[in-house]
Amino acid sequence: MQQEQKSVRDLKIGETGIICCLTDPEMSLKLLEMGCIPGEEVKLNSRAPLGDPITIIVNDYTLSLRLDEAATIKLKA
Amino acid sequence: MSEVLAPAPASVPHTSSVSSSRKVAKVALIGNPNSGKSSLFNHLTGLNQKVGNFPGVTVDKKTGISQLTPNLKAQVIDLPGTYSLYPKSLDEKVIIDLLHDKKSASYPDVLIITADASNLKRNLLLFTQLADLKIPAVLALNMLDVAEKHGVKIDVAELQKQLGVPVIPVNARTGSGLAALKIVLSQELEKPKSSFFQVPDELLAMVRQIRYYFELSNDYLAWHYAHQYQKLSFLSEDDKEYIGELVKKYGFHSNALQASETIDRYARINELLLDTMRVTRAENNEQVSNKIDQILTHKIFGYLIFFGVLFVIFQAIFAWASYPMDMIDLGIASLNNWIHSQAEGPLVDLLTEGILAGLGGVLMFVPQIAILFAFIAILEETGYMARVTFLMDKIMRKFGLNGKSVVPLISGVACAVPAIMATRTIDNWKDRMITIFVTPLMSCSARLPIYTVMIALVVPERYLLGFLSLQGLVLMGLYLIGFVAAIVSAALLKWVLKTKERSYFIMEFPTYKMPRWKNVGLTIVEKVKAFVFQAGKVILAISVILWVLSSYGPGNAMEQAEERAAAELTTLNLEEADAEAHLAGQKLEASYAGQFGKFIEPAIRPLGYDWKVGIALLTSFAAREVFVGTISTIYSVGDSENISTVKEKLLAEKDANGQPFFTPARAFSLLIFYVFAMQCMSTIAVVYRETKGWKWPILQLLYMTGLAYASAFLVFRLFS
Repeated sequence: MQQEQKSVRDLKIGETGIICCLTDPEMSLKLLEMGCIPGEEVKLNSRAPLGDPITIIVNDYTLSLRLDEAATIKLKA
Repeated sequence: MSEVLAPAPASVPHTSSVSSSRKVAKVALIGNPNSGKSSLFNHLTGLNQKVGNFPGVTVDKKTGISQLTPNLKAQVIDLPGTYSLYPKSLDEKVIIDLLHDKKSASYPDVLIITADASNLKRNLLLFTQLADLKIPAVLALNMLDVAEKHGVKIDVAELQKQLGVPVIPVNARTGSGLAALKIVLSQELEKPKSSFFQVPDELLAMVRQIRYYFELSNDYLAWHYAHQYQKLSFLSEDDKEYIGELVKKYGFHSNALQASETIDRYARINELLLDTMRVTRAENNEQVSNKIDQILTHKIFGYLIFFGVLFVIFQAIFAWASYPMDMIDLGIASLNNWIHSQAEGPLVDLLTEGILAGLGGVLMFVPQIAILFAFIAILEETGYMARVTFLMDKIMRKFGLNGKSVVPLISGVACAVPAIMATRTIDNWKDRMITIFVTPLMSCSARLPIYTVMIALVVPERYLLGFLSLQGLVLMGLYLIGFVAAIVSAALLKWVLKTKERSYFIMEFPTYKMPRWKNVGLTIVEKVKAFVFQAGKVILAISVILWVLSSYGPGNAMEQAEERAAAELTTLNLEEADAEAHLAGQKLEASYAGQFGKFIEPAIRPLGYDWKVGIALLTSFAAREVFVGTISTIYSVGDSENISTVKEKLLAEKDANGQPFFTPARAFSLLIFYVFAMQCMSTIAVVYRETKGWKWPILQLLYMTGLAYASAFLVFRLFS
């Protein structure tokens, strides 16, 4: 079940979601500091030409991160 | 405890008598990246900046003096940008080493915390952590105009009340609000009144034990000791063990506690912002930037534009810089001639050939450094550098490099020295080290003279298919070999290099801004100063040593060489110019450098070289292009400027069996040697300065020389 939960990685461009939880304990600290707090809305803003990294909008500003980092931000169903 | 500017003459005895009752306050600037911190630092200190070292890390310590009032100065220290007090990189570690150690020499009396008003929520996270440390502080609220444009209205008076510290609106771009900030700083500031985080009850006993043991002024500082004791470099092993045992005993889970602290703080900040911030227009504020990004990060135009930018940078440091460089060269040469016309003697020679030549070697790099950093500062200031990383990350990551490694690598084709300085923009320590390590493998412009001479010597001037110059193809091949070696070495290092630091890509994607020209100018000044004063020392020293080695010989060997040359002169019946060249060759042979060449001959014979080439290997350590000059001297060429004269002389050179010495095998072996070898003292000096130690430059020297030796050996075997 854990595996099938949607993450920021699975969003389409322009699509939004609500952050549910962060799965990587160490990386989550960095993400939390950058404002990726459970309950906040995230929107997938763009993808780099090669598909990775991506930019997301959270807390009214743009954040760029790699796909495997985005995969640790799980979304509420 | 509002002792900010209270008299303490003992600590700073050298202040002027005017402010005899005042000491110089120590002010630390701290804030999120992109919050206008550096601009504010530049406004506060202007050209009164100094770059020093934080012990043990590669980050520069920028300090400067700011005149607060006519008779009150403050020493301002610019701390690395950070999002929180829990460091995620080695560079950020200097912040806790400074703020968590009251005995530290630079421990600040007061903090200026910069915050981007258009992004206040995230910026306040760091603020609340700092406020809980209870160091007197001011909040410099920047970019209120941007916030207002986005429909965000901030009630500054209410914010000041809630945060418990003075809040000064500033505009770091124009410098407005600076006067108010200076006035507030010149006053006695109190510790922040508000607290934003309480240590959980069940851990209070542990935190108090740490607090009393280390005599700390508050619980939150002790809490940080519990979290970060392993990272604090000022704690002794015993201290660390003491905390380690407590942490184990109380089941202190650093990660989980840090996460919940951050979430709690954001909850407090959200509450606080309800009273102080009003958003009238909830529209997405990044539209303009997004539109620009659709072009600049487009899958075709994005790369085309980026390569266009790279091309312009490359042209600039390759072609434009050559004019001021030629002028410096000419200036040093005419100064040398003038000195020689005034006086002669060994001391004059030391001054001209040793010191001035070394100085010329240092100044020679200034135009390239200035031009490259003008471009880099503009790329950073506008926000385009973040897009470069975004575009290149996936490709570069495969080789253990970073999206930002592209700029240094390409600049390395002109010159490794400014290129290595440009790696400073790479935040991740491992990525930066790998980039520094492989950049000198890119064929720089100093290799070109060697390439040209050697290729002219052994590659026929033929055209393939009527238009492809064979010589051109070989030249291109050499550049390619260098590039491939750089990429492969990077990929190797990626596996070898172990770090505790985890590498994240997560970064703020700044909106596009116009560059602030003052910042661009100060960046250039700072980089040039850093190079001239720090790397310059090493270059000058090596230059003098090399001069001594090639002008002096053991015992009376030099006199004997002169006599021999004079004696041979009559038998050989040489013309005056040739006679002088002959004498220079004889003297070089007799010098320490000549001895060195003979000494290493057994080691370089497998590569096909003799002791004459050995001398050139030594002297070209000053700069690769010196190879051609030395070879000309040793073969008594006379006019070393003329390639065809050099070529003729070299072609006429015979080996022991009377066959031509420079066979294709020897020439290619030399070419490959110079593709790989770290034959450049300036690069070594700049790697020393950028990595703040001798470990990396020495490893690099060994690796590159080893690679050069092995490859040259193979090539020589293959061709002969």
